[in-house]
Amino acid sequence: MKSVIADHLVKTYRNGEVKALDDLSLDVEEGTVLGVLGPNGAGKTTTVRILATLLKPDSGIATVAGIDVIKHPDKVRELIGLSGQYAAVDETLTGWDNLVMFGRLYHLGKSASVKRAEELLERFSLTDSARRPIKTYSGGMRRRLDLAASLIVQPKVLFLDEPTTGLDPRGRQEMWEVIQELVKGGVTLLLTTQYLEEADQLADEIAVIDHGKVIARGTSDALKKQVGGERLEITVENVDIAKTQEIVARISTSAIHTDIRTISAPVTTGSIALMEALRALDEAKIHPLDIALKRPSLDDVFLSLTGHVAEETVAEPIKKKRGGKK
Amino acid sequence: MKYIISDVMTITKRQLLQLARIPEVLVFSTIQPVMFVLLFRFVFGGSISTGQPGGYVQLLMPGIFVQTVAFTLAATAVGLAEDMKKGLIDRFRSLPISRGAVVIGRTFGDALLNILVLTVMASAGYAVGWRPTSGGFSIFLAFLFLFMFGYALSWIGIYVGLAVKEARTVQSVGFLVTFPLTFLSNAFAPTTGMPRALQYFAEWNPVSSMVAACRQLFGLKNEFGATASSWPSQHPLETSLIYMVLLMVIFIPLSIRKYKNTSL
Ligand SMILES: Nc1ncnc2c1ncn2[C@@H]1O[C@H](COP(=O)(O)OP(=O)(O)O)[C@@H](O)[C@H]1O
Ligand SMILES: [Mg+2]
Repeated sequence: MKSVIADHLVKTYRNGEVKALDDLSLDVEEGTVLGVLGPNGAGKTTTVRILATLLKPDSGIATVAGIDVIKHPDKVRELIGLSGQYAAVDETLTGWDNLVMFGRLYHLGKSASVKRAEELLERFSLTDSARRPIKTYSGGMRRRLDLAASLIVQPKVLFLDEPTTGLDPRGRQEMWEVIQELVKGGVTLLLTTQYLEEADQLADEIAVIDHGKVIARGTSDALKKQVGGERLEITVENVDIAKTQEIVARISTSAIHTDIRTISAPVTTGSIALMEALRALDEAKIHPLDIALKRPSLDDVFLSLTGHVAEETVAEPIKKKRGGKK
Repeated sequence: MKYIISDVMTITKRQLLQLARIPEVLVFSTIQPVMFVLLFRFVFGGSISTGQPGGYVQLLMPGIFVQTVAFTLAATAVGLAEDMKKGLIDRFRSLPISRGAVVIGRTFGDALLNILVLTVMASAGYAVGWRPTSGGFSIFLAFLFLFMFGYALSWIGIYVGLAVKEARTVQSVGFLVTFPLTFLSNAFAPTTGMPRALQYFAEWNPVSSMVAACRQLFGLKNEFGATASSWPSQHPLETSLIYMVLLMVIFIPLSIRKYKNTSL
């Protein structure tokens, strides 16, 4: 069964001048995670806001758990959890205050609200900071609290809009773990992101969107196959280039690319290839200046799908001209 | 729908919690009116002569009371705009709560704050010589009028906050509305010194009616300018009441609808 369906959604702003969603359709199978991947301005937030009953599309239909979001927004609200692009919690209040307040707004009793707040604080490792105002929280803590607030009542469908944008690598890693934990619990999740790696880590299926349209859809593997998967990249001194090329040729089955002192080639075995390369280099007494396994990025996906790199979509026609302010 | 009372109370409680968490807000929102009392009392007090026993401060206090509650408009609007900007309103909207609860809760919170501010101001006024001469009931009625006026205005604030969205712009809009209204009135000086056209405006200005109503309820006699025989000058209590009811009848449904519409 499909838990979320967006069917030919169109949303324009400024009397049709700005097309945020241009006939966008997608769906999420119950109990699975859909990653909506796209650059800034692609229409991710607009999509989430429509599905979460915050915005009315100009045309098209959307249902959540079989309920029409436009006709019965109140019913949909009882089933969803939403964590927006910016942590939407009351900054002046403490984490505890916030969660208890949201518990009350979900109509839990007083003691039930407190109990639920404490459970969630514990689960998201926020117990120690529970009595501090959110203002003093790090970006990652805020995001976790925001997520906790959307889980007060076990939602049937969860929407997370760019849950890790703006977080440092550690915060991102923590957030991923939290989300993976949730997914194990069987929640249906629609998650938006600008990072292919994130969609890869968290999503069962990925929908790539650009200019308000879905331009590709499939599992992470399928998409990466399309893009070309991971590349091994080794930078060495000039004298070692030839030998390194030999080594890389043994590991990779595809064409080798040499750019000044950097030798790169697609690999299919991931970190195993990396270790093989290190071992071989060590045996040959070559000290690489740099060695890395490069995962394809959103840019690579876009390059292969559209022929251009992912660029910030600026829908306003005036700004489209060059020289507009960034 | 059956949860509306609990929803409203939760939102109001949140605002009170905010005040508890950042007491500075409370301190400054009471210092400002107290400062006004002191400035007007001691800067202008000597130079403005009045025919009233007890001097300028008797005429002044009702003006400052009304001016202060008039600023509720800006306070409510700014608070709402800030919540919108931070995405809190979006979050509230995604919850299964009664539609009016968020805005009703905020007007209640601002109203409670007004009770405190009025109390502090009245004490400050008393300290500098303000002595209402009417009876206890009249004084109570005056404060009830002030409270209701602030409440009615906070509904305009809701509308302005939702319509303008940007907190700093909202602040300016708030001042742009309240400053002319409070100064083009009888709040601080008799309207007789104004050009005739402005006197008419001042006469029909709700702030003037409110100030006149309070003066009357505090036991002062009202003096008006060129249009002293007009209906609002003759009946400040009734006029104020009509204005308050009118504002609420217009802006409560309008604001709640605005809140609903921006949400879906
Ligand atoms: N309120 C609005 N007014 C005008 N344009 C908007 C508004 N909201 C979004 N847009 C435009 O719609 C497009 C999609 O925006 P959004 O859904 O926020 O993208 P994303 O979340 O993928 O970055 C962008 O070009 C954005 O500028
Ligand atoms: Mg966005």
